[in-house]
Amino acid sequence: MREISPRSPVAIVLIIVVVAYAGLLFIAPLVAILQGAFADGLEPVLAVFTDPRVQHAFQVTLILSLIATAINAVFGLIAAWVLVRGKFRGKKLFDALVDIPFVFSPVIAGYALIVLFGRDGWLAPPIFSIVFALPGILLAKVFVSVPFVIREVQPVLDALTPEQEEAAYTIGATRFTTFRRVILPEIWTALLYGIVLTFARAIGEFGAVSVVSGNIEGYTETATSFVFRALNDRNDVGGYSVSVVLCLISLVILVLMSFLRGRIVRRGN
Amino acid sequence: MTGLPLSYDVGSVKRTQSPTYGVWGLRFVALSYLVLFIVVPLVVIQVQGVRYGLDVFWQSVVRPEALSAITLSVYTSAIMAVINTVAGTLTAYVLVRYKFPGKRLFNTLIDLPFAIPTLVIGVMLVVLYGPQTAIGKFFTSELNFRILFATPGIVMALLFVGYPFVIRTVQPVLLQMDASQSEAAQTIGAGAWTTFRRIIFPAIRPAIVTGALLSFARSLGEFGSVIVVAGNIPMRSQTATVYIYTQVEAGNMQAASSVSMVLLLIAFSITVGVDLLQWRRHA
Repeated sequence: MREISPRSPVAIVLIIVVVAYAGLLFIAPLVAILQGAFADGLEPVLAVFTDPRVQHAFQVTLILSLIATAINAVFGLIAAWVLVRGKFRGKKLFDALVDIPFVFSPVIAGYALIVLFGRDGWLAPPIFSIVFALPGILLAKVFVSVPFVIREVQPVLDALTPEQEEAAYTIGATRFTTFRRVILPEIWTALLYGIVLTFARAIGEFGAVSVVSGNIEGYTETATSFVFRALNDRNDVGGYSVSVVLCLISLVILVLMSFLRGRIVRRGN
Repeated sequence: MTGLPLSYDVGSVKRTQSPTYGVWGLRFVALSYLVLFIVVPLVVIQVQGVRYGLDVFWQSVVRPEALSAITLSVYTSAIMAVINTVAGTLTAYVLVRYKFPGKRLFNTLIDLPFAIPTLVIGVMLVVLYGPQTAIGKFFTSELNFRILFATPGIVMALLFVGYPFVIRTVQPVLLQMDASQSEAAQTIGAGAWTTFRRIIFPAIRPAIVTGALLSFARSLGEFGSVIVVAGNIPMRSQTATVYIYTQVEAGNMQAASSVSMVLLLIAFSITVGVDLLQWRRHA
């Protein structure tokens, strides 16, 4: 379908309706939270971030989200490759399974971790704890963001023609060299896009994390759980300020997403 | 290896190239990863749900608090799906069809719900509709209409979370649509509305249904934004996920498992429905 300049009144009304809907839905809340956080000026906001518990919460969130993203990038890439190139029975079933975390409520995922690794869990670990500790948060973050890398890389891998790979093998390249020099450059943008989506999902996760982490202040409390507790404790400035920083992070992520998608579209995928 | 035929004829002997150790290794790693992070949690919930028998399972599903929570989730998600299906289809159409200033920015912003923690969405709505803002005051004291800690607040949060789904499924279909058909319709005198109804709508209908179902399934499981906006009032503003969360916190595992199972069953049937739709379209 071709893009045209709106000339009829109906077209203009349609554009206004759509932009107004999105504005009410997205922009009004964004403006509101900025106003809420800076209601008493900049100083109380800055004070929030000198609080060691807030700094610790951000540290936990960022480090664990990075590890979860790395895990899902490596294994997601392998899974995408196996699901595209492999020939084995049950491949369709495994492929269908990948979408499940999209509709699996994070709270239920967190609960499954408790059933498995909790105090009376099926696999309660004898030495170190997983639930109400950092490993549980990591597992929760990994679970909720499994599909992204797989689903972004799969179509690009699928569209690659085998000739180049075969040529590389013919001139004696090993599998690893072929992957690094032939396949990786082709899928690089899609992989990065998947990684950005994974990171966004991991950093923002609250439901699963809040169930498994126990929200122990200064230990397992993440940025989102801090916001939740701050609201319950009537520490509005604290909750709003951390929310604003999380918003800023997501706006950066959004810009990255748009940039990468532009490159993917231009490559014709 | 890849792309090369796995079996080929050499003279009369048919030889099959078997996968090497490396390929087996990768396959093992990939499938273990999928099993550990997707199959195991799924199985754990199912087993836990019926562990003490179907009777116990059923009794904890039909408890008034549990039923009311499941109903509220389904009801609010359905309202969201209807509103966002209309808004999303319109948005996708406008984005593909018309030039207007700020369009690129607008297109970027649509993915905001994928990038922002949903808990923060809840916080934003609480600030916007809370008693301290003009809008909040207007609704609560002038119109006597409760948004926060009530159903409208839940729907508002879900509308935010679910906005991109229909847009992002419909947009690519519209982009790929052949312009000649709708232009032909217009040359023989069909109005814009008739063209949309007779030519464009039938082409994008499967994409609309897919997007709507996905947004509905996503909303059923939504937790972060809902718990902030709706609070946790049993029988009134407690959705299924908030109910599960509350029961887990209280150590009430059977109640949590049963409702989890019901939610998963609904979400699962929806994904199967979406897969069937995709399959029909490609077949």
